[in-house]
This record gives sequence, structure tokens and C-alpha cells, in this order.
Amino acid sequence: MIAEAGLAALWIAAALSLLQLCLGALGLRFGTLNQPARPEPVEGLSSSPTAENKDRASTSSARTEGEVSDSLLSTVRPIAVAQAVLVAISFLCLILLFLRTDLSVALVAANSHAAKPWLYKFAGTWGNHEGSMLLWVAVLGIAGGAVALFERKLPQRTLIATLAAQAAIGLGFYAFLLFASNPFERLNPAPMQGQGLNPLLQDPGLAFHPPTLYFGYVGISIAFSFAVGALVTRDVGAAFARAMRPWILAAWIFLTLGIVAGSYWAYYELGWGGWWFWDPVENASLMPWLAATALLHSVTVLATRDALRAWTVMLAVVAFSMSMVGTFLVRSGILTSVHAFAVDPERGFFILILLTLYIGGALTLFGLRVGTVREGATFEPVSREGALVANNLLLSAILGIVLVGTLYPLGVEAVTGEKMSVGPPYFNSAAGPIALVLVAVMAAGPLIKWRRDKAREVLNRVAVPVLISALALFALILFAPGIGIFPLLGLVLAAGTAAASLAPLWKRNLRRTPLFTWGMVIAHLGIAVSLAGMASETAFTKETLVAARVGDTVTVGPWSVRFDAVEPIAGPNWTAIQAKLTARRGDGEPFVLEPQARMFTSPPTETSEAAIATRLGGQLYTVLGKGDMRGRWQLRLWWKPFVTLIWLGGVLIALGGLLSLIGRLRRERKAKPQEAWA
Amino acid sequence: MKAKNQRLTLLILAIAAVLAAVLLGMSALKDQAAYFYAPADVARKGVPLDQAVRIGGMVKDGSIQRAADGVTIDFVVGDETDAVIPVRFTGIVPNLFQENSGVVAEGRFLPSGVFVASEILAKHDENYMPPELAGARHKTETLE
Repeated sequence: MIAEAGLAALWIAAALSLLQLCLGALGLRFGTLNQPARPEPVEGLSSSPTAENKDRASTSSARTEGEVSDSLLSTVRPIAVAQAVLVAISFLCLILLFLRTDLSVALVAANSHAAKPWLYKFAGTWGNHEGSMLLWVAVLGIAGGAVALFERKLPQRTLIATLAAQAAIGLGFYAFLLFASNPFERLNPAPMQGQGLNPLLQDPGLAFHPPTLYFGYVGISIAFSFAVGALVTRDVGAAFARAMRPWILAAWIFLTLGIVAGSYWAYYELGWGGWWFWDPVENASLMPWLAATALLHSVTVLATRDALRAWTVMLAVVAFSMSMVGTFLVRSGILTSVHAFAVDPERGFFILILLTLYIGGALTLFGLRVGTVREGATFEPVSREGALVANNLLLSAILGIVLVGTLYPLGVEAVTGEKMSVGPPYFNSAAGPIALVLVAVMAAGPLIKWRRDKAREVLNRVAVPVLISALALFALILFAPGIGIFPLLGLVLAAGTAAASLAPLWKRNLRRTPLFTWGMVIAHLGIAVSLAGMASETAFTKETLVAARVGDTVTVGPWSVRFDAVEPIAGPNWTAIQAKLTARRGDGEPFVLEPQARMFTSPPTETSEAAIATRLGGQLYTVLGKGDMRGRWQLRLWWKPFVTLIWLGGVLIALGGLLSLIGRLRRERKAKPQEAWA
Repeated sequence: MKAKNQRLTLLILAIAAVLAAVLLGMSALKDQAAYFYAPADVARKGVPLDQAVRIGGMVKDGSIQRAADGVTIDFVVGDETDAVIPVRFTGIVPNLFQENSGVVAEGRFLPSGVFVASEILAKHDENYMPPELAGARHKTETLE
């Protein structure tokens, strides 16, 4: 019954999204007769009283736009909420089926097993194609519902258009689920046993990483729908940017956390000691992040200075396009990747059509309407806006490089049939230098004033960070000669950027500093911290690979590691060979590391579980390999100084986003009494 | 600066930046892209030197030899044709690396024709074969 209920909920949700789209379109058609002429409010550095007055004037004119769209809005909103609830119910049904291991459902039988810890039964819901697509659609629906419930700043017409656009996206993916990847399909007869979940995925990371990533990935759909809504109603301005900003921030926070979690998961689970592989699937999550980061900054320019109107709308379209390209890459199974679970050209074709439809449609709309988006404010080259434009251009350039590198092999194969792969050397050498320039611009940006600044004064302000960078360079050349040019530049830049990112707090009353300024400072500091971790890991990692006998002592970097024993052990659904290693640095306290080679029976698979010791100053990473039947075991040991900074920096970036979001929402609430009467 | 001019300047800058990035990317691709070779390709086109490439195929039955140091192995990769590639690898092989099973390796060829692998790409499970090992075999074996 649960499966049928889930499927029914999914069908009704799909029908509601069709209704939402039609009603929205209808409302807009009727509304065009008395389309309001909106004054474009310009917000100063702080929201000045005049800007608030203009806002008030604009919302009051929006009120007169007609009873028809008013009454339609009152239906579109609850429909969007109901759709969100139904699709959430549908997803909960699937979770319930997995928790109960209901083997009469084909998806459960193919991907789950009764003898599996409950956490992996739960998380296994989205560890497969159909389940993860349902999660995708559920997030899309919930995001739309959230906009319907909470968005109060957007003019009504634009809101209807936004919800209609969100419904249009949803409709395509509902169709994809219902016609090409039904998660609730029954099996008759039901098998005695399920086939189990890929053991690589049997990790707490699976419970956290995909949902977080999807909330970010699919959350960007809101930015897309806002952009489409604003294009339809020709209403791109500062007020629109202020309404859109919190939604972008929220999606961006999730996306950041999802990428950080995925990176750490790959780092400890795959046992290769790397934290970023430039795998197409990783690129699929990085590309929306790059676009969303650019969008986040350009929307701030639009909100504060009413400049970059067309550009911001374009970025919103690009950002969600990247999410859909990512979905296509991952879900169509055309990649050489552990993430491409299934190889099914039919599904790939379906997503490709959706992709073309939505991106093509949005770009066409953009092309038709961009002429009517009025020119925004202009600005001086040496100004905060100027720096943010540079940031946007550099982020777009990196995005272009990653996109080319990811799609090129597919294109070549499609045209010539020749198979090739593009790996880390390409991405590092092409995107690396631009990324370093980007970080340098990012460090200086917050030290430049809005509107207009003097180049000489800016130079004075960056003098201290530059000095710190110079000191770092000197120290590195002196104490760590012979490290590569990239890590060297990275470390030097990280030192200066850390100092520069804290500079906006200089000589300020820290208690009175707005929360969103704190957010910016912490996020930028996070970039510096993360960069330091990456550079240090690249420059200073020590690796030892040996075949050792029990009793041998192996050294790696400052550590000496004694190989004490090998023993078999058993877990809930696996057995393993476990090595006991005792590690010690100099005369320090010794501690035990226990890397394992695990064997799973359903499905029959082996995985290696690295044992990682986190110490102040880095991580000791140990992997147990194969035995050679003559008493020797392969051991691979890494000492990775300051590698943890990579993810610590990532978490700081997300935290900065969160503070910024809270700060913006608070300020909005303060401004609310003035808007509430409208 | 006049409004029209600035918009135009920005547009040109944006296009220039993305174009430059793409061109930079393309030129880097020429040097950095690793081409994929199956044993039959090597037999037909010869051994590509001075370039990182990927090779793939099936590990021949009984071909895995372990060197005395305990961490180096030699094995032979074959495909549907009679062609083979001898491979040497130092490191811990992925868990599902075994004889009579698909493998993809990244590395360089020596002039002698031996492929020195810097990395053996992990296989995901028993059913999984990299799409690079194309052909009917692949399609029939996965998840149908």
C-alpha cells in the first residue's frame, strides 16, 4: 500500500504543478492589461529612508494591478504549498519502503538488503537513480512551496511568474520520474533477498552529502525561476535583487556544505589520499557553485547599486543550467565515474531533452526581453562594484574552463568516436592561475569603497596584507626551499588574503558591525584557510608505500609506524582484515591506527577503510593493501600537513554564508513595519 | 563613462574573458588530455610516447606477477583482438582488480612498449565496467 500511496502522491503533485503552471500563466495574461509602471528604487549603501519610501510607492502601485491576478495569486500560493507537501509525502513513502526493506518494490530489491544497518537502509533511499531523482524533485517542490509560503517582498505578478516557472521545471522532472524512472514499481513475485547497496556508499556520508548537495543544487532553481519571473514581468531592479538574495544565499550555503562533505567523504572512503579528483561528477557540483558564487556577488551589486541587471539575470539562468547539466552528466550514465550508477541511454535522452527545453527556453526569453531590461546604474572602475565585476568575470572564466574540460571528451567521442579523458593536469594548469588571481582580487575587493575610490588609497589599505604576503614568501624560500610554484604562490596568497579578509573589521566596533559584514569576513577568511590547506597538502605531503611484515617499523615524514598485527574481524554485514599500527612522532605519545580491508557479501565487494589520525598540524592517513601470502602486507602511509584546513575553510565559507543570511533577514524584519501595510 | 558605453565595455569584457578561458582551455587540452588506448589501438597506431594516456581492457588470466619488493606488479591487458599491453604498476591496486576483469590505468608508455601505470582507476563493483571499455559486452552486463 505504501508504494501505491507514494505513487499516487507523486501523480497528484505532478497534476498540481500543471495546474500551478496554467493558473500562473492565465493570471499573467489577464494581468498584462493593466500592467503597472514600476518606479525603480535605488538603495544606497545603507537602506536610506528615501529608498524605503520609493519601495512603498512601488508596492502600493502593485496593489492596483487588478483583482484577477489577485485572486489567482491566492490560489497559486496554496497549490504550490500543497504540491510541496505531496511530493514530500511521496518521498517519505519511499524512505518507509526502504526502512522496511519491502522487497516487492523493484527499487528496494535492487538496492537494499535486510541485513544492513538502519542508517544505510534510510540513506540508501537516495543511493540509486530513481530514489535520488525523487529526492531531486522533492527538493524542487519544497523549494517552490517555501517561496510560496515565505516570499513577501516580491511584487505579486513577479511572484506568480516565479511560481509558474518553478512549476514548469517541476513538471518536466515529474514526467521523467513517472514515465522513465518510477521508483515505486512493484516486482511480482518478490525476491527472497535484496541485492544490497554498493558498499562504497555504505557510509554515514551518504546520509548527509546527497541531501545537502541537492538542497543547494536544486535550490538554485529558485534563482532561475525568479529570473524567469522577472523577465516575464520586465521587473529587474534592486527590489527584485533584495528579494532573490536570501534564497540564493540559502542554496549556496547548502551547495558549499555538500561539496565540502563530498570532498571529505571521497578523501577518507576511496583510500587514494586525494581530496579532489576533478572527476566529472565533482565538476558537476563545482560548476553550479562557481556560477552561484558569481550570482551571489552580482546580486549584491544589483541590490546595493542597481547595476548589472541583465548580467545578474543571465547568471541566474546559467547557475541553474549548470545544475541541470550536472544532473544530466550524473544521471544519464555517460561518464566514466563511480557515480554513474546505471547505464541507460533512454533516460539520458529524456534528461537531455528537458535540459534543452529549459535552458533553451530561458535563454530565448532572455534574448527577447533583455532589450527591455532598462540600463542600470553605471559605476567607476576603481570601486567595490568594479572589483565585484572582476570577480564575476574571473569566476565565469573558471566556469568556462571546467565546463570545456568536462564536456570536451564527450564531444570528441560523439563526433570522432575517439575516447579520451581529461584529468587533473588540465584543470590545474588552466584553472589554477585564474583561481589565484581571483583570490587576490577577492582579498582586495572588500577594502575598496562603493561608488568611487582612489587607487592610491586602496594601495595604502592593502599595504599590510601585501607585507604579510612578502614575509610569508621570504619565510617559505628560507625554510621550505624547493616546493612547487603553485603551492608556493598559494601559501603566500593565503597569508595575505587571511590578513586582508580580516581588515574590514579593523578599527570598527565589533558589536555594532552588521552580521552580514561578519559573514563576508568569515567566508573570505575561509577561502584563505582552505587555500592554505590545499597548498600545504600539495607541497608537504609525505608518502610511503611498502610491503611490511608484522613487527616492522615504517617511517613517513616525522612519524614512525610499527606494524603490530593483522587480524580478522566482523561487522554487521561485512568481514574484514584489520591491521594494528602503532604510530609515534619522536618521543610523543604512541597511538593505535586500525585500517581495514572489508569484504561485503551483498553485493560481493571489497572496500578498504583507511584509518586516519587527526593531529594538530595534519593528518596521518593509513591504508591496508593486499597480503602476498608470504607474510607481507602492503601498507600505504601518508603524512599530510594541515590538510584539515581544506575542509575547515569550507565550513567557514558556509558559516559566513549563514551569518550573512541571518544578517540580511534581520535587517529585512526591521524594515518590515514600513512595508507591511502595502 | 556613459551608460551605453559601459554596458558595451562590460559585454565585450565578459565575452573576452569567457573566450580567453575557453581558448586557454582548448590549448591546454591539446597537451593535457589523456587519450584512451585499447590494446587493439596500440597494435594499429603504435605506442604514443611523451604523453599521459589511459589504457583499458581485460587483465589476462594468469598474467599478474608480483615483484620482490611486494608493492610492484606486472600484468598484461588484452581485448577481443590478439593485441596485448604489458603493464607495470607500483602501489596498492583497487579492491576489485583481478585477473579476467576489466581495468583502466593511467600512465605513460616506455619506448619498450611497457605501460607504466601511475594509477589504476577503481572499479565500482562487479557489474561495473568503465564505459571506455565500450562494445556489446558492456551493455549486456550492466543492470539490465
